[in-house]
Amino acid sequence: MKVLVPIKRVVDYNVKVRVKADNTGVDLANVKMAMNPFCEIAVEEAVRLKEKGVVTEIVAVSIGPKTAQEQLRTAMALGADRSILVETDEDVQPLGIAKALKAIVDEEKPELVILGKQAIDGDNNQTGQMLAALTGMPQGTFASEVDVADGKVKVTREIDGGLQTVELNLPAVVTTDLRLNEPRYASLPNIMKAKKKPLDTKTAADLGVDLTPRVTTVSVEAPAERQAGIIVGSVDELVEKLKNEAKVI
Amino acid sequence: MSVLVYAEHDNAALNKVTLSVVAAAKEIGGDITVLVAGKGCGAVAEEAAKIDGVSKVLCADNDAYEHQLAENIGDLVAEVGADYSHILAAATTTGKNFAPRAAALLDVAQISEISDVVDADTFKRPIYAGNAIATVKCGDAKKVITVRGTSFDGVAAEGGSASVENLDVVKDAGISSFVGEELAKSDRPELTSAEIVISGGRGMGNGENFEILYKLADKLGAGVGASRAAVDAGFVPNDMQVGQTGKIVAPNLYVAVGISGAIQHLAGMKDSKVIVAINKDEEAPIFQVADYGLVADLFEAVPELDGKL
Repeated sequence: MKVLVPIKRVVDYNVKVRVKADNTGVDLANVKMAMNPFCEIAVEEAVRLKEKGVVTEIVAVSIGPKTAQEQLRTAMALGADRSILVETDEDVQPLGIAKALKAIVDEEKPELVILGKQAIDGDNNQTGQMLAALTGMPQGTFASEVDVADGKVKVTREIDGGLQTVELNLPAVVTTDLRLNEPRYASLPNIMKAKKKPLDTKTAADLGVDLTPRVTTVSVEAPAERQAGIIVGSVDELVEKLKNEAKVI
Repeated sequence: MSVLVYAEHDNAALNKVTLSVVAAAKEIGGDITVLVAGKGCGAVAEEAAKIDGVSKVLCADNDAYEHQLAENIGDLVAEVGADYSHILAAATTTGKNFAPRAAALLDVAQISEISDVVDADTFKRPIYAGNAIATVKCGDAKKVITVRGTSFDGVAAEGGSASVENLDVVKDAGISSFVGEELAKSDRPELTSAEIVISGGRGMGNGENFEILYKLADKLGAGVGASRAAVDAGFVPNDMQVGQTGKIVAPNLYVAVGISGAIQHLAGMKDSKVIVAINKDEEAPIFQVADYGLVADLFEAVPELDGKL
């Protein structure tokens, strides 16, 4: 079966982002960009399913700027067979992305779509669910285990109180949580090979979708800084402070 | 304006986070209706009817809603929500699961995890793991929103006398089914609503050593959490994780024990009212956010603290 893996280019997770002085956003000039960590997990899961013989083809897709080609090449170095870039300079938002992905799903007809539960820039956690709604597919969000068998997929989900397992008809959407797997690194020969794998470029107009943002950012501020307090000398002093100064116990 | 609040519950009792969602709804303004969907959830609907400020409760009691499957709840909320200007749910794994689905069905944006209401169209929400706070304005006719519970003080659970109306809307997509669940059994308060949270990190060394935290927690009526390092090391289960990829907590007192204070952990607890850090490494970043820091061996300091409380 075919699996579609949508990925996003985001700021590298090791970068400490700073809010711009004019409060219009965060400063991304000259900042290292990378594949969103949850998307890496999605690619890895697809590759493992292919290694198990469950999946025959992995198609990576990204909706974003031209530079997102780098992340698609990374996905192909990790094991995706080919990729599609829907190129746009628009501030893409989950609903728009989900609509573009639906158009891709209509063309490609994958039996499984695996994507990250959220991107570490916008922290929205919406795209997979929205794609599932638009395509009428069931969804297994926050997956920590994925098991495909007999035309269904069993997904163990990380929920607030513990774990929940659901069974979904295929085609289905799965979104990845951190513990699903540990992504591999791309080997040099695979990075070289990925350069020759096909990468199609399309536009939103080709797909007939409207990516116009629905939500506008009025301003972005740095969070209130927490002031460091004091170092206490002993447990006795700590107990005294908590009782009499902070009055929390 | 009219706000539909989706109640979070386990079919038996209302989750306290719903009171925080109602608080956010009050800030938006207008009539507040609470939707309770589940199986055998009549008692929850009665409980919801007593929430201060709620004018009506809709109760959708059906097998299809027992396990909060997003396929069914998404359809239900999209249909019932058509009559409201705002649809609010808690930013829990339940709310995050169905709210985007309902929003897409309504062809509107969804606004995730708001921490403040500026006006009926404008909200604040953390982005980049809380390293920035965005003020966002949504132009869609209908707003579908998830609410960060710890950012809003819950309204009173008693005092209201809303009417309860049974809904016979049955949405059973038939494309997903519940297989089972493993819920952590604990008599301690739930992390996101506990007044006091004690968390352990890699410094705990192993899972057995968490016993000293459990003992202290039971004395204080506290919940017990952990850093991602402690979870990844296999000391404790993932549902105890506090941080960017775990639970967001904001108790009156947060005690970080053997936690260095990685930014991902701070993102989950820095809104706590009072933070105490116990760590033998005086350079640990956790001390930069702690109100009270104690540089000490946790295996001596925690039992001593336990003994003196």
